[in-house]
Amino acid sequence: MGTTINYSIAGDKTQNLNTLQKIGLTLGSISLFIFLLTWVTGMTLTPNWLYLTAILFGFSAGPVLYAIGTYKGLPAGIKNNGVYFNSLTNRGALGWIGAIILTLFYVCLYWYGDWFGNGTGTDGANEGAVALFDPLSQIMRGAPADKWFLYGTFYTIAILFLGIKFMYKYRNSKYHLIRTVVVMFSQLVLAYMLPYILEGLNATSGGYYSLNPINSWPLNYDFMTGTRIDARIAPENQPLGVAYMVWGIILFLIVTPFVTYFVGKRWYCSWFCGCGGLAETAGDNFRHLSDKSLKAWKIERWLVHSVMVFVMLMTVAVMYSYFSKSEFSLMMYFPAVVGYSLLFGLLGLAVLLFIFLYFNGKGKSRNFMLVGAVIGMVMIVSMLLSYLGNDSQAFGISSDTIKKGYGFFIGAIFSGIVGVGFYPLLGNRVWCRFGCPMAGYLGIIQRFKSRFRITTNGGQCISCGNCSTYCEQGIDVRAYAQKGQNIVRAACVGCGVCSSVCPRGVLKLENGPEEERITDNPIIIGHEKHPTLRR
Amino acid sequence: MEHVVIIGNGIAGVTAARHIRKESDKKITIISSESKYFFSRTALMYVYMGHMRFQDIQPYESHFWKNNRIDLIEDLVESIDYQSKTLKLKQSSGVKYDQLILAVGSKPNRFGWKGQDLKGVQGLYSKNDLELMEENTKGIKEAVIVGGGLIGVEMAEMLLSRDINVSFLIREKTFWGNALPEVDSNFVTQHLNRHHGLKLLFEEELDEIIADESGRAKEIKTKKGKTIPCQFVGLAAGVSPNVDFLKESELEVDKGVLVNPDLSTNQKDVYAIGDCAQFKTSINDRGPVEQVWYTGRMMGETVAQTITGNKMNYAPSHWFNSAKFFDVEYQTYGRVWAEPKENETSFVWKNNEREILLHFVFDKNSKVFKGINNFGLRLRHDLFEKWLNEQATIQHVLKYLKTANFDPEFFKTFEKDIVDAFNKEFNDSVELAPKKWWRKLMHDKV
Repeated sequence: MGTTINYSIAGDKTQNLNTLQKIGLTLGSISLFIFLLTWVTGMTLTPNWLYLTAILFGFSAGPVLYAIGTYKGLPAGIKNNGVYFNSLTNRGALGWIGAIILTLFYVCLYWYGDWFGNGTGTDGANEGAVALFDPLSQIMRGAPADKWFLYGTFYTIAILFLGIKFMYKYRNSKYHLIRTVVVMFSQLVLAYMLPYILEGLNATSGGYYSLNPINSWPLNYDFMTGTRIDARIAPENQPLGVAYMVWGIILFLIVTPFVTYFVGKRWYCSWFCGCGGLAETAGDNFRHLSDKSLKAWKIERWLVHSVMVFVMLMTVAVMYSYFSKSEFSLMMYFPAVVGYSLLFGLLGLAVLLFIFLYFNGKGKSRNFMLVGAVIGMVMIVSMLLSYLGNDSQAFGISSDTIKKGYGFFIGAIFSGIVGVGFYPLLGNRVWCRFGCPMAGYLGIIQRFKSRFRITTNGGQCISCGNCSTYCEQGIDVRAYAQKGQNIVRAACVGCGVCSSVCPRGVLKLENGPEEERITDNPIIIGHEKHPTLRR
Repeated sequence: MEHVVIIGNGIAGVTAARHIRKESDKKITIISSESKYFFSRTALMYVYMGHMRFQDIQPYESHFWKNNRIDLIEDLVESIDYQSKTLKLKQSSGVKYDQLILAVGSKPNRFGWKGQDLKGVQGLYSKNDLELMEENTKGIKEAVIVGGGLIGVEMAEMLLSRDINVSFLIREKTFWGNALPEVDSNFVTQHLNRHHGLKLLFEEELDEIIADESGRAKEIKTKKGKTIPCQFVGLAAGVSPNVDFLKESELEVDKGVLVNPDLSTNQKDVYAIGDCAQFKTSINDRGPVEQVWYTGRMMGETVAQTITGNKMNYAPSHWFNSAKFFDVEYQTYGRVWAEPKENETSFVWKNNEREILLHFVFDKNSKVFKGINNFGLRLRHDLFEKWLNEQATIQHVLKYLKTANFDPEFFKTFEKDIVDAFNKEFNDSVELAPKKWWRKLMHDKV
């Protein structure tokens, strides 16, 4: 959009820090310094429990004090003053520095764990940054820390304390208060503590991820790989292993479609999911940086659904290879032919569902349901050819290669580096919007078979653009609201911020009967006599 | 191909263009000297406060205009020759029209105050005003705003966001007293007073603005003789139609361009819509000039019908409006006059702690619901529109208030308190109905 005006700052509040803000920044900076010091120099600080306490305290109290300093004394309400004047939130120098540090952090985390001192000492002892986390790890799981423990701890701290900041900022909205408490609980208890405590109890069936009960397939893309299945049904991991497997299947096959039908994808994306949790709390300050253009929407639709199809294909291929092995652990329960039947059956079910959604759906985008059905059919046929040809690989490619490629490009580069590292540049939901296969799955249900929508309040919209600007998923909410149209979009994660920032009370997240949910030709209330609006 | 030319790219002009395109293949040109692309005027304040960038308050991407074949000319119209149907532009060559729509908006009122043209003195209406305000408020500490209405509150909020203290001169005894009943007005005042750095001065009027050596405002004097130092004076005493360049021509102009019920003027094929139009005879209970976003939009919708061959009169439905006073949202449906009509009575429910006030107006005898002022809650437009159409009683409205609530999920609700208070005050026995899916209620007859 052509015009750009650079508004400089006159008497700007963000330039004058108050005492609480200064204390908050000091605490946070000290923590950052200690962490960077151990990261960059590899120095092992002792006693580690003291420095760990200092780091965790600074990263917890710092942001909270800063937030209180920022919002105290102001009446509860929307506080977005100066968002576009602040270097951190306006892609300025601070934003770039933040993005670069975060990105380097992820690069080290995935490929250069040594930099954090991950098991680099004698006999695999930890040094540097990871060594600081040993005491906490010992308490929680009775073992030394590793880089993933460091990451998980930082991640949880970020959600918890930037969550408190978020709650203070949006304290006028009970929706945000409840939602954020759930996000914080989900991360702390389900995603962080539960897996580590279970691990401490010797439930080591494959590490952190698979013990997180809300990390659903297809986001948890290797949920159905052979090694995971074997670990879960291994006798020493019972009854937990099978319980996790059964729960995981119920979660994606039953819970997800049903709950999404009733309340939309928000129950997952902005209430329980860890990726969403970080975006909603730590990422809140960057939500306006998402791209709202039509072009971005087109890219989003191709990308997110491609990733989803890819994960499904990968999972089917991996399971196919698993069943084709002469010995696989599930054999104790059923022969290979049952496994193959399950795979064919599930694909067939998917095809039928796509066809159902096509006939049941409204709007142009239902044509994509036919595309989905065709993709499913192609998969069935090509798998059938592999099966009849006695090929141990489905689709003629090594399932292991597919999985490695996915782990590198999607798991690490996309979800980690671009997804979180680029928060200050591309907004806080890049992964959720363009990459997450679970979001793709949830989105199809939300768009075509759900009771959820954002209702537009009659003719009250003034096209101001706050809703679109603060939509982290880059939905041009205003385009619908100014036409008096309900917002029904696959991407909407139901965070509710559009409704909060609306100055005229125009938007409301609602679950209701599917009838009249999609309003293609709305009547703009207040002017019903107008014929084009009544057609 | 017929050529429709629209002067002005605000909500009225752009809505007209969009609807003409929906209905026809005519050539459409919009001329504006303010900005190339349409933007939301009501959102200018958010750009100043740093909530959005200017491009964010433009509702359509630039490809929209090309895709819809709406030509944009960035230029000033100097004069119109109604005989040859030609516009004289400042920079480019003349434009010929077959039909002309005047959607030229308003300008801030200046009542001939001494010093009203000094540097640091301005209104807030256009994009240019926003840029000027940015310039005028750089590094300053104190400001005065003249006129207690909606633009004044917006300016106050803008200035406060930059740590500039504001003295607010309000001519009436109460805030926005010509539009709000006293109790509503006092309620808003209460909220405004919670904001540090904002000082409301009631029954004070601007006498003159005094300049420093450089010719910039340094203080103002009120009619009561009070002197207030300030480096910025915001003129927010209303707006009036921007029709100076149309005066002294064959076009009939009073306060605004005089229009018939179908928005046509006394010149053939010339129409006027939005802020600049003045109805020769008022429509229903509405004033002759309506300067609201929504009415501009509806006039645009209407004139598009006439121009594409379906002659239509402007026939808006029940009055509605909305605003935000700092953190308190305001929605109104139907009519709540500042002074109640003879046959009207009202029921007011207030919660000071949560800053909510509902002001219901209904007919004394028939109990027919007439309107509501709603502060601090959100209410469904669709249902109130239906109730006003069907002349529902106040009891009916109260009974279904739960369903009419538009607040976000989990918000505390007050319907029970409200109905109890009503029953007590009017010795009635309204029973609150449980919350229903609102669309179901839309299909029920009152």
